[in-house]
Amino acid sequence: MAKPELMDYDKALELFEPVLGFEVHVELNTKTKMFCGCANEFGSGANTNTCPTCLGLPGGLPQVNHKAIESSIRLGLALGCEIAEHSRFARKNYFYPDTAKNFQTSQYDDPICHDGSLTIELESGRLVTVEIERAHMEDDAGKLTHMGGSTGRIQGADYSLVDYNRGGVPLVEIVTQMIEGAEHDAPEIGRTYVAGIREIAKALGVSNARMEEGNVRCDANVSLRPRGSKVLGTRTETKNVNSLRSVERAVRYEIQRQAAVLAAGGTITQETRHWHEDTGITSAGRPKSDADDYRYFPEPDLVPMAPSREWVEELRRTLPEPPAARRKRLQADWGFANLEFQDVVNSDLMDAVEATVAAGASAQSARKWWTGEVARLANAAGVAADSLVQPAQLAALIALVDAGTLTDRLARQVLEGVIAGEGTPAEVVASRGLAVVSDDGALIAAIDEALSKQPDVLAKIRDGKLQAAGAVIGAVMKAMRGQADAARVRELVLERAGTAESGTVE
Amino acid sequence: MTELIRLTAAELSSRLQAGTVSAVEATQAHLDQIVAVDTDLHAFLHVAADAALATAARIDARRAAGEKLGPLAGVPIAIKDVLTTLDMPTTAGSKILEGWVPPYDATVVARLRAADLIPLGKTNMDEFAMGSSTEHSAYGVTRNPWDRDRIPGGSGGGSAAAVASFQAPLALGSDTGGSIRQPAAVTGSVGVKPTYGAVSRYGAIALASSLDQVGPVSRTVFDAALLHDVIGGHDPLDSTSLTDAWPSMAAAATAGLADGALKGVRVGVIKELSGSGFQAGVTQRFTETLALLTAAGAEITEVSAPNFEYAVAAYYLILPAEASSNLARFDSVRFGIRVDPAEGSLTSEHVMAATREAGFGPEVKRRIILGTYALSTGYYDAYYGSAQKVRTLIQRDFAAAFEKVDILVSPSAPTTAFKFGEKLEDPMAMYRSDITTIPANLAGVPGMSIPIGLAPEDGLPVGLQIMAPARADARLYTYGAAIEQLLEATWGHTMLDQAPALALATTAKGAI
Repeated sequence: MAKPELMDYDKALELFEPVLGFEVHVELNTKTKMFCGCANEFGSGANTNTCPTCLGLPGGLPQVNHKAIESSIRLGLALGCEIAEHSRFARKNYFYPDTAKNFQTSQYDDPICHDGSLTIELESGRLVTVEIERAHMEDDAGKLTHMGGSTGRIQGADYSLVDYNRGGVPLVEIVTQMIEGAEHDAPEIGRTYVAGIREIAKALGVSNARMEEGNVRCDANVSLRPRGSKVLGTRTETKNVNSLRSVERAVRYEIQRQAAVLAAGGTITQETRHWHEDTGITSAGRPKSDADDYRYFPEPDLVPMAPSREWVEELRRTLPEPPAARRKRLQADWGFANLEFQDVVNSDLMDAVEATVAAGASAQSARKWWTGEVARLANAAGVAADSLVQPAQLAALIALVDAGTLTDRLARQVLEGVIAGEGTPAEVVASRGLAVVSDDGALIAAIDEALSKQPDVLAKIRDGKLQAAGAVIGAVMKAMRGQADAARVRELVLERAGTAESGTVE
Repeated sequence: MTELIRLTAAELSSRLQAGTVSAVEATQAHLDQIVAVDTDLHAFLHVAADAALATAARIDARRAAGEKLGPLAGVPIAIKDVLTTLDMPTTAGSKILEGWVPPYDATVVARLRAADLIPLGKTNMDEFAMGSSTEHSAYGVTRNPWDRDRIPGGSGGGSAAAVASFQAPLALGSDTGGSIRQPAAVTGSVGVKPTYGAVSRYGAIALASSLDQVGPVSRTVFDAALLHDVIGGHDPLDSTSLTDAWPSMAAAATAGLADGALKGVRVGVIKELSGSGFQAGVTQRFTETLALLTAAGAEITEVSAPNFEYAVAAYYLILPAEASSNLARFDSVRFGIRVDPAEGSLTSEHVMAATREAGFGPEVKRRIILGTYALSTGYYDAYYGSAQKVRTLIQRDFAAAFEKVDILVSPSAPTTAFKFGEKLEDPMAMYRSDITTIPANLAGVPGMSIPIGLAPEDGLPVGLQIMAPARADARLYTYGAAIEQLLEATWGHTMLDQAPALALATTAKGAI
């Protein structure tokens, strides 16, 4: 496919005003699916988590998962939404092999949550309030794998395999109002908004919120309107953008692409577009018109829902502190500079640091260890840092350093032992024999021996050339196999040099 | 053996419990009758003879071992092919499901098995329950035991014919607009459509989800009640299933046999379901029955249900709309037949289209097209939306009527059984066969059809429809049993005693 022309981003913004809209799908982490008792889990054998209902077999009927309704309401409340007093499911009818019933059980006229907003903070400090039109419940489709052909896409495939394990998994689709006034920040708004939704879903515990596993998926709508015009431009919908960085790139790309088309006198086709992670471009999907006819009608196999106000208020009381407020509070509590705090946030280590501090470590030590040595080891192992070691263990390790039992160097070895499953830091210290030698007797013996072997150094020290002590300290540290506190050794060397008789050290 | 098959389920049950008859003997007698008459009648699409005898033998052994069994244990039953069954193919009368054996039992089937009834096989029906004559089955017609040139009603013609021809004492049906009651009426049997939500729909292949209801087919009201007690009650797998604690329908039916059971009962005759359009003999038997009721102390009043006039029109929007969506899953991907297109590429879209083109019959296609249109953007409000409003009005008509009367009555069907082909080319005429039964489905109220005699002009059975308020199913059984007893006392015999000899196997082959 010919690479389309792109307009310079700044130039595009000079000529056009971008208008955005996002549809974010959050996959809930309920134990069972939305409408049947099958397990909602990732990675099972193909088509093993299925039953007559989620396979769309004749005679199958849906049963609503009340935990999914609860999670949806909590998510809606966290987004400041109204919770509908009367809500019902509707069928969205279309034929596709990954949709077992050939209709999706979704919501149309009466979504469970509506009219909310999320305020996000950009890196510049600019606050943007994204209005949320609705958050509704629906079931996910199965997964198609296209076999044969070279691209893995449906075009050119010989046949397709379908796995219905994901079919029927509960989703909440969060739909924004039109976002105007984004200006140059449009791509960052996209990224930050999706990050905000993800953070809230994670904080609520309603979703695993792993974008790489498709727990959070974003469709990005972008249109441009010429400066000075009141008329909205034609929009495109880039589907399934599945990382925060990609959301940002896809929005930027569409702005530049559409601007080039419009500036050249062309028109934008209302269509869905595919995002290509590898090349960083979008390509045309299927035409989409506002008149797409899904023949929605109320789902007759399910009764309408009427969540009681008491229940909604009860759920409201279970909401955690909003992530943005929490971030502000923690940064202040910890006294971190912006860059230090951003480092923690970007590494997804806020919870870990918080727990480590709660276990008694100082905030700076916790930050230093998590973003330093633990992150380095995790990176090497290709796993998440917070999966390597428990915050309590790290706090215990930090306490050993603070108490002088371990030097940083020793502590790193102990950490490796803890990660290797050798026990708590104290146990590793004991079993590996890694503690700092704090027994002055042992140190003095080693110092006296070193001084007696290096009478010239002793003489220099006595002459006030204290830097000469380094040679003795080195010898002592070597003798102690590194398990000594160098500062204490230095103190003792100077002390012994002052009292020892040359050549008659005992 | 002939005697065994003529017993009611209740009578057979007594003999089974007394040990004078074994379940194997009872099952064998019905299987023999199937062999004798069903080549001609074609009530069954599948007969599970070996499995039925094996089940019967197990039940006999358990009874012999002293185990306490349920009231219908060992009684054979026929199952409409719209219900999924683990060990028998389930086709809903459609080519598209030919040979499909489901991996699960419908809840009602599971309950039959748990109550130790003996499934004999699966009965014929209009494809996906769309029809009033069973002529729309992809597997051939079922003949009416009373006149082999005539339809047995539909969609559940197979279940009604099986019961009326003594191939089974009981059967299960499903009723979306009359598919249990109208076949019962034209075959001289008893059929009940319970309150919507009284019986689980899980495993009932959906025609129109908001109208479908599974119910009993039998030869007596008490037998229907016994079966209702087995299949009814809450099922968590059906979200529209009611959580009510239901009274025993069998006890309700027994209460109807008491002296004076009809005294003071307020019976409403629906003005809009009588008069023109009804066959003379149907009206005659209906009027005679009302006279009997009056004589028995019931108070007959006429009530008006002005919106019933729009019932058929509303029904033929709601039903196709829901059906068009319910039938979307028949796409060759997961089950059923697959037909590749004659030309063009083998995309999933082309294969789905070719399969549906070859697998669905003309009536099914007609309703899918109607329903797809009715749900389309821009037409939804005018069609589906308006039809739902009519539905509300019909519910109000019922509510107003039930403020004045205890039960409502009408003829079960406008005519007796019609001849094959008579209405096949005129869908509207076919649709009007259900004019009497459709309102109950739209309102969700229960309805029952019981035989009230033969129309003088053609000697064919006429049915009386009794309707009660939603959740008052027990009322149907009480007054149904009372009226049945009254009629039989008047006739001096049961309805089916008048049926022509049913040993058709020797005479019928090739005769039609």
